[in-house]
Amino acid sequence: MTTSTSLVYLIALPLAGAALLLLGGRRTDKWGHLLATALSASSFGVGLYQLSQMLGRSTEARPVSQKLFEWINVGSFNVDAGLLLDQLSICFVLLITGVGTLIHIYSISYMSHDHDRRRFFAYLNLFIAAMLLLVLGDSYLNLYVGWEGVGLASYLLIGFWNQKPAYATASKKAFVMNRIGDMGLSFAIMIAFATMGTVSFSGVAEHAHQTSEAALTAMGIMLLVAAAGKSAQFPLQAWLGDAMAGPTPVSALIHAATMVTAGVYLITRSNFVFDAAPTAQLLVVIVGAITLMFGALIGTAKDDIKKALAASTMSQIGYMILAAGLGPVGYAFAIMHLLTHGFFKAGMFLGAGSVMHGMNDEVNMRKYGALRKFMPITFATFGLGYLAILGVPPFAGFYSKDMIIETAFNAGGVKGIILGVTTLIGAAITAFYMTRVMILTFTGKKRWDDNAHPHESPWLMWLPMAVLAIGSVSSGFLLSRGDALVNWLSPLFEHHAEHEEHLLEPIVVSALALTMVAIGVAIAFMKYSRQEVASVAPEDVSIFTKIARQDLMQDRFNEAVFMRPGQALTSTLVAADEAVVDGAVRGLGKTALGSGSALRGLQNGFVRSYAALILIGAIALIGAIWVVVQ
Amino acid sequence: MNAANYLYVSALLFTIGAVGVVVRRNAIVVFMCIELMLNAANLSFVTFSRINGDLNGQVMAFFTMVVAACEVVVGLAIIVTIYRSRRSASVDDASLLKR
Amino acid sequence: MQLALQVGQTAQPEAIMFWILAPMAVLAALGMLLVKKAVHSAILMAFVMIVLAIFYIAQDAVFLGIVQVVVYTGAVMMLFLFILMLVGVDSSDSLTETIRGLRPIAITAAIGFGGLLVSLLGRATIGRNAVGLSAANADGNVQALAQLLFSTYVWPFEVVSALLITAALGAMVLAHHHNTQERPTQRQLSINRFRGESLGSAAGLPGPGVYARHNAVDVPALLPDGTPAPTSVNASLDARGDMLDYKKFDLAEINTKVEEEK
Repeated sequence: MTTSTSLVYLIALPLAGAALLLLGGRRTDKWGHLLATALSASSFGVGLYQLSQMLGRSTEARPVSQKLFEWINVGSFNVDAGLLLDQLSICFVLLITGVGTLIHIYSISYMSHDHDRRRFFAYLNLFIAAMLLLVLGDSYLNLYVGWEGVGLASYLLIGFWNQKPAYATASKKAFVMNRIGDMGLSFAIMIAFATMGTVSFSGVAEHAHQTSEAALTAMGIMLLVAAAGKSAQFPLQAWLGDAMAGPTPVSALIHAATMVTAGVYLITRSNFVFDAAPTAQLLVVIVGAITLMFGALIGTAKDDIKKALAASTMSQIGYMILAAGLGPVGYAFAIMHLLTHGFFKAGMFLGAGSVMHGMNDEVNMRKYGALRKFMPITFATFGLGYLAILGVPPFAGFYSKDMIIETAFNAGGVKGIILGVTTLIGAAITAFYMTRVMILTFTGKKRWDDNAHPHESPWLMWLPMAVLAIGSVSSGFLLSRGDALVNWLSPLFEHHAEHEEHLLEPIVVSALALTMVAIGVAIAFMKYSRQEVASVAPEDVSIFTKIARQDLMQDRFNEAVFMRPGQALTSTLVAADEAVVDGAVRGLGKTALGSGSALRGLQNGFVRSYAALILIGAIALIGAIWVVVQ
Repeated sequence: MNAANYLYVSALLFTIGAVGVVVRRNAIVVFMCIELMLNAANLSFVTFSRINGDLNGQVMAFFTMVVAACEVVVGLAIIVTIYRSRRSASVDDASLLKR
Repeated sequence: MQLALQVGQTAQPEAIMFWILAPMAVLAALGMLLVKKAVHSAILMAFVMIVLAIFYIAQDAVFLGIVQVVVYTGAVMMLFLFILMLVGVDSSDSLTETIRGLRPIAITAAIGFGGLLVSLLGRATIGRNAVGLSAANADGNVQALAQLLFSTYVWPFEVVSALLITAALGAMVLAHHHNTQERPTQRQLSINRFRGESLGSAAGLPGPGVYARHNAVDVPALLPDGTPAPTSVNASLDARGDMLDYKKFDLAEINTKVEEEK
C-alpha cells in the first residue's frame, strides 16, 4: 500500500476554512465566502492531483493510505486515525469537491443578500471536510467520525434560517432520524469488534470469511439501518422532504449529490460483509425497491418544486441501493448512477433555486408557468437534467439507470423479475412526475402572483448550472465507455466468476425502459399540458392523491407508532421520577423531621425523666456486658 | 454463708438508690440517694478486696469516700444557692430547658 | 477483730450479724425512699451508713469502717441535716407523681437493673472462695493500707488531695453571700438613727445591765424615770419569763470606800 502525505490536505483545507470563518466572526464577513470557495477548489485540485497519480500506477498500487496519528489504543482495541484513498474513494472525493466547489460559486450569488452568508460558507466547508473524512476513513470508526460530522453539518444547514420555528423543527427532525441510523452504525462497529476484533476495512475484509454468517447478517442489517437513515430510505425517509427548509444550495449539495449518497458508499464499502450474508443483501434490495416506488409515488403529488425534487432523490437513491444489493455485479452500477445522479440532480436543484430566485422565493409550482421565455438558461440546464434523469439516450441517466434495470432482471428467478418490473414501473412514474415539473414550471400559461418579475439569474448562478448540465450530458457516456468505471472499481469487489445469466438482452431492456418513459411522459402531457392547471391545489382529488400528498402517511405513522408512545413514556418517567425518586428523597426529609419532632418529646425539662433515661442507658450497657461476658 | 452475699446486698442498695434518684422530688433526698449508690459501690469494693485477698479494693473505696465527700460539699452548696434564689428545693421546678 | 478467717467459709458470728443487719439496712434504704419527710430520710440514711461501717469492720477493713463512721455518718450526714434545716425542716414531698409514666418505668428499670447486677455478680463469684485478708493485714490494716497508699497509689492520693482543696474553695465561693445592697456607710447609719421613728433610740440602745446595778443579760436596764427599758433584754427572755426583777438588785447603800489591794 503506497503512502502519501498529501491526503490530509483534502480534509484539512476546508476544515481550516470552516474554523477560520466560524472563529473569526463578523470580521471575516467581507472575504469569508471567497476564501471558502477557494479552499474548496484547492481541495478539488488536490483530488485531481491524486487521481492523476493514481492513474499512472498499476492496479495493485493504486490505493494510497496515510496514517495521521494513533487514536485509540485500549487493550486489544487499536484504531489509528488513518486515511485511505482507493478507486472507490477517489470517485467520491472528486464528486464532493467538484460539485461542492460549483455550489460554493453558486452560493456566492444566491446568498448575497443574506446577512449570515459567511456562516453559511463556514458550514458548507465544514460539510465538505466531514464528507471527505467519511469517504477517506480507513476504518468504520473513522468513517463514523465523518458520518457524524455530515449529520451535524446537515442539521446546521437545514436550520440555517432558524428564525422560523418550522425550519428549526425540520432540522431537528432530520437530525433525530439520522441518529437512529447512527445507532445502526454503532452497533455494526460493535459487532465487528466483538466478532472480528478489528474495525478497519482491511481487517474486516480479511476476517469476513471466518466469521459466522449470523454475525455478518446482523452487521449487515445494522449497516443497512445506518444507510437508510443517512440516505433517506424506507423506513427512515420522512426527513428528506422537510429538509428542503434549508437554502437551495444546501439541498443541492447535501440532499442530492453527496450526503444522501453516503449510505450507498457504506454499503459498497462493506461489500465483503454483504457478499457473505445473503439475507442482509436481500433486505438491502427490498429496501431499495420499496423506497424507489415510495419516492416516485410521493413525487407525483407534490406542488412544492423542491419537495418534488427531494422525492425524486429518494427514489433515485432507491435505485442505487437496489443495485448495491444485487451483489458484486451491481456495485459498480450503483456508483455510476450515484455519480451521474450527482450531476443532474444537483443541476436541477440549482435550477430550482434559480427559478425561486426569479420568482421571489416562491416554491409552489402552481404559481409558476411559462417561465422558459423569461429564464432561458435555467430552462436549458434544467431541461438537460430532466432528460438525463428520464434516461433518454445519450444523456447520463440512460447509461446508468438502464444498467441497473438490466442487472435487476439478471439477478435471476422470481427476485429478478420482481425487481426488474419494479424498476421499470419506477422509471415510468419518474418520467411522469419529472415531466409534470417541467410542464408546470416552464410551459403553459402564466399563473404568477401579481408582484412576480421573473428574470434570469446572474452569471455566478447559471455558470455552475451550465457546468453541471455538461456533466449530465456527458458523464454517463464517459463512464460507461469501454466499461471504464466497472473496470476501475472491479479490483475492490470479489467477483465470483459466476455465469452471468442474461435474462434479457441489453437492447431489449433499453427498449422497455424507453417505452415506459414514453408512457409516463405522455400521461403527464395529457394531464397537464392539455388541461388548465389550477393555481391553487384542488381539494376534491382521489384518495390516492390525498395519501401521496401526505407522503404516503409516513409522518402520521411515525407520529402514532413512535412519537406518541415515546412522549407517553417520557411523561410517565418524569411523573415516576417526581413521585418515586423525588418522593423518596422528600420522604427521607419528612422522616427525619418527623422523628426529630417525636424525639423532641423526650425533652420535657424534668431532671428526673433524664435520670430515668440515664438509668435505662446504664441497663443497656450492663446488658451488653452481660451478653459479652457470657 | 459466703462473701458473695455482701455483693447482693450492695446490688440491692444500689438499685434502691437509683430508683430514689428518679422518683423523689426533694433535691436533698435525691442527693442522699446518690450517696447511697456510692456507698453500695464501696461495699462492693471492700467485699471484692476480701475475696481477692489484697487491699486494692479498700484503697479504691477510700478514694471513693474522699471524692464523695467533696461532691457532697459542692453539691449541697449548689442546692442552697438554688434554694436561696428560687425559694424552692424541688427538682421539678428547674425545668426551663423544656422544649 | 478478725472475723472472716477461713477460706470460703465465714465464721458463724459473722453470719448471724449479717443476716440480722443486712435486711435492716435494705429496709432502711427502702424507707429512705418512701417516707414523706426529708428529715426522716436523712435519719434512715444515717442508719444505713452505720450498718455499712459494721460490714466493713466485719470484713477486716477496719480503717475504712472507722473512716465511714467519721466521714460519712459524722460529716456528710450532719451536713445533710444542716442543709435540711436551712431549707426547711418541715419540707416534705407529696406522694403523687407529676410526670406521667415515670414510676412504672423506674420500677421496671430497677427490677431489670437489679436482676442484671445480681446475675453478673453471681457469675463473677460462683465457685470462687474468699481468700480473706489475714495475710494482707499481717502488719495491721492501717499499715498495709498506708503501704499501698504511699507507694502504688501516691499519685491518685495527691490528686485527690488537690480535689479536696478545690471542693472547699468551691463551697466557699458558692456560699458567698453577695451583698445586693451597698453596705450603709457610717454617715448613713447616723442619719438613719436620727431620722428614725422616735428620737428615743437616737443615742443608741443601752447594752444589758447599763444604768442598772447588775450587768447580766437577763436584768433590764433602767430608763431615766426608773422604769425598766423593755428593749434592753432579749425579747425571747422576756417572753420566756426569764427577765429578772431589777428591784432585787437595788443597793441599800453604796460603799464608797476604796480598799487598796495588797
